[in-house]
Amino acid sequence: MYFRFIMRFQPFQLFLILLSGVVLLFIIGPLLGMFISTTPYQLFETSKDPEVQRSIGLTLWVSMAATLVFALGGIPLAYLLARKDFALKKVILGIIDLPIVIPHSAAGIAVLGFISRETVVGKMGSAIGLDFVGAPAGIAIAMGFVSIPFLVNAARDGFLAVPVRYEQAALTLGASPIRVFFTISLPLAWRNIVSGLILMFARGMSEFGAVIIIAYHPMVAPVLIWERFSSFGLSYARPVAVLFILVSLVFFIGLRFLSRTKKDA
Amino acid sequence: MLELRNISKSYPDFKLHDISFRVEDGDYFIILGPSGAGKTQILEIIAGLVHPDEGGMFIDERDITEERIQSRGIGIVFQDYAVFPHMKVRENLAYSLRRTGYEKGQIARLVAEQAEAMEISHLLDRRPSTLSGGELQRVALARTLIRKPRYLLLDEPLASLDVSLRQGLRSLLKQLNQAGQTIVQVTHDYEEALVLADKVAVIHQGKIIQSGKADDVFHHPGSEFVARFTGIRNYFPARLFREEDRQYGELENGAILRLATDETEGRGFILIRGEDIFISLEDLPTSATNRFPGRIAGISPSVYGFEVLVDTGTLYYVRITRESLQNLGLHEGKEVWISFKASNVRFVRV
Repeated sequence: MYFRFIMRFQPFQLFLILLSGVVLLFIIGPLLGMFISTTPYQLFETSKDPEVQRSIGLTLWVSMAATLVFALGGIPLAYLLARKDFALKKVILGIIDLPIVIPHSAAGIAVLGFISRETVVGKMGSAIGLDFVGAPAGIAIAMGFVSIPFLVNAARDGFLAVPVRYEQAALTLGASPIRVFFTISLPLAWRNIVSGLILMFARGMSEFGAVIIIAYHPMVAPVLIWERFSSFGLSYARPVAVLFILVSLVFFIGLRFLSRTKKDA
Repeated sequence: MLELRNISKSYPDFKLHDISFRVEDGDYFIILGPSGAGKTQILEIIAGLVHPDEGGMFIDERDITEERIQSRGIGIVFQDYAVFPHMKVRENLAYSLRRTGYEKGQIARLVAEQAEAMEISHLLDRRPSTLSGGELQRVALARTLIRKPRYLLLDEPLASLDVSLRQGLRSLLKQLNQAGQTIVQVTHDYEEALVLADKVAVIHQGKIIQSGKADDVFHHPGSEFVARFTGIRNYFPARLFREEDRQYGELENGAILRLATDETEGRGFILIRGEDIFISLEDLPTSATNRFPGRIAGISPSVYGFEVLVDTGTLYYVRITRESLQNLGLHEGKEVWISFKASNVRFVRV
């Protein structure tokens, strides 16, 4: 059986499968190793640690909030980029990708310079009692800065895939452009937008470099993992990392599931 | 009245030149031309989806060139129908009625009525992805008509339907028009124009090269292109009937032709190509079952040679070569016979 299975493939295909396997192993190996070397008891103890609970909770809700707030501007921007042609459009597309390509510590420095207490933005924030540096609002801005391209690009792809004909048909049926956006364009691009939101949420949650420059405290999970590692060593950082990964996975699978059933209902 | 005055529009690889025409209320107006002539673009401009570079559009002398799409009162059914895929058929139909002050009950009633009229009541709870092309088209038509547009624009409505569906849609459109709906339709199929239109504009390479009453355009093509493109000159409204195994078409003047068709009995058009009719000086016994005596009412040079108009009580256009004209010694007023085979008589049901 097994031999016949192998024989069905050309040598080149076997070669491809071999290389693919190496890459998969490369991804799975370290993660699996980390899970295996963490005992259920360690996980259980870590999950009771209030500092860990707080930081995972903080990471989840701040990233969620950042995603939702930035989506309010990001989705319209994506629509504009998908539908309108204007001067410097290519430049703007490049600018949107900037946060992906620059080092995240540099991104953090840039954001800090923008929102620290000496700047206009910082002062305006303080005036209404909103502190950025060392506060959830600042963390959200750092997360948003590095993760917004994922949402804008995915949403733009989604809007591009909606035939203009549907929007035109809706207009000729007497709908206003705003109604067309909410009843035609947005629902038809929804699947891509949701993937973008999830991707942005995930990217924000895992952000370390930009966040640690803005706020060491309160500690988000990636910062806590790093802190445990630098103060106590690998075996203390590992259970936190595993726990964080598990919680994230549950969240993503749940979100994917929710967005799918909603669409097909 | 809808009027286009000197509309021009440049596209990257194409240009509409100086398009002008008038559509009176109640007209069935067909813009006829080969693909790529700019027909769809004209509809897009009328609907307001594309802004012309020059020229203006008027409804009853009111300038609508700058008016917003949603307030023009013009309905359009696209060639690809554009039925919203994320809504059920019912929601598609109701789309234009929502947010317009209608109550829920009223909307439901109007949707039910329109669905009934378009024979799609059984499809109301279906998703568009489960419908056939013909069904989608009826949904798109119902969705547009439910708003009672003053002008209904149709982009090649018959092109993507198979023959059996075509006939049903033709009668539906004809009935709509007879009930007072003004229709502006584009097509590349002259038979469609022949059967449906009362006014025709022939468009070629972005220019309208002839327009007017359908009969005038088809019987008096103003250029070689129109003559070639509009093809069949002999077409008559007729009633199809059967006796024993034979099929006959009765013309409006009472003349009866033999023909061969699969169509069912009823009203429609008879089409005979000018080159399928023979002229002889006497009644020759041939295999052609249609033979009529007549008198030559006119001879004019045409793209292919000569066009002889023979009056047998019905006017037939017959295409012949210069050689035949000379050999038979044809001239105006001469008594001749014409003959054509039953299998060369086409019948199109309306």
